[in-house]
Amino acid sequence: MKEALKKAFPVTIPIMLGYVPLGMGFGLIMAQAGYNALWAFLSAVAIYSGTGQYMSVNFLATGAPLLEIVLIIVILNTRMMFYGLTFLSRFSGMGWKKWYLVYTMSDETYAVLCTVKAPEGIDDKNFMFCITMLNQIYWVTGCVVGALFGTMLNIDITGVDFMMTALFIVLCMDQWKKARSHQPFWIGLCCSILSIVAFGPKNFMIPALAAILACLVIRRKSIEKRQVDGEDGT
Amino acid sequence: MSGISVGSSLLIIFVIAALTIGARVFPYAVFSRGGKTPEIIAYIGNILPPAVMIMLVVYCLKDVSPMKWPHGIPEFVSAAAVALLYKFTKNILIAMVGGTVLYMVLIQFVFAA
Repeated sequence: MKEALKKAFPVTIPIMLGYVPLGMGFGLIMAQAGYNALWAFLSAVAIYSGTGQYMSVNFLATGAPLLEIVLIIVILNTRMMFYGLTFLSRFSGMGWKKWYLVYTMSDETYAVLCTVKAPEGIDDKNFMFCITMLNQIYWVTGCVVGALFGTMLNIDITGVDFMMTALFIVLCMDQWKKARSHQPFWIGLCCSILSIVAFGPKNFMIPALAAILACLVIRRKSIEKRQVDGEDGT
Repeated sequence: MSGISVGSSLLIIFVIAALTIGARVFPYAVFSRGGKTPEIIAYIGNILPPAVMIMLVVYCLKDVSPMKWPHGIPEFVSAAAVALLYKFTKNILIAMVGGTVLYMVLIQFVFAA
């Protein structure tokens, strides 16, 4: 396990550099909304999702109706449902570690685990476990530190939520580089924009997702022709 | 706190947490038992992330209106800065912090209402 941790750490450095400031961004926004570091810690451990937590600040600040919260979060989380599919076979036979990995799956952990394999002589299961645990530690630390800073410093942090946009842009570029077929990007972009035009910015997510799924299924043959080396076939 | 009680705040956080854990456990609960994952589900699992990622970028920028001042200029400039910084430095931190600081400066000083 110690060896695995040593090998896992360098892999997670880029995640640390992303998670700590992004977590701090969340902590700052929480502090701005009147929630201290304890709240940020609770939210980071219980939710452990950048999108979910950033969205939660909106909900906390406005006291949004529960039904609306449930709907938006379920939609935001659909991608996590699909992340699990990639690891159905790779996570099997891991015992309690499997459930830890399931519970702490995030965009970045997903991306890393998809692209990195355990080095020679290191158990893949321990390797994945260490990567995931380190990522969670970075995130929770960032959230707490941000909230501590936010309550101490008195600076105008309007616009700090652009951090979320920046994160998704970067993740998109990573996906673009990895993808054999770029059709899913165009499908995602067109469906989203058309849906905003048709249904307005408030309600665009459900129709956009439905349209994206439909297009992906319809275009399957043409997309799969280029997508030869899928991560997980079974 | 911002108007809502400790109880409501806790409720909101735990509802989001429960839904998030549910989403993470879902594929294991549904597809682990039958042995093989249906082909179409595996395909969607592989292909959906890029499409959803770009949808989330659009989601972040959904309230920008090109018709009204400042016409989404701060968002567009900052997003371009993020993309360029990431392309040339390959460093997530530089790209994200650089773009965000630029955005904060733009909306707080340059394009301040």
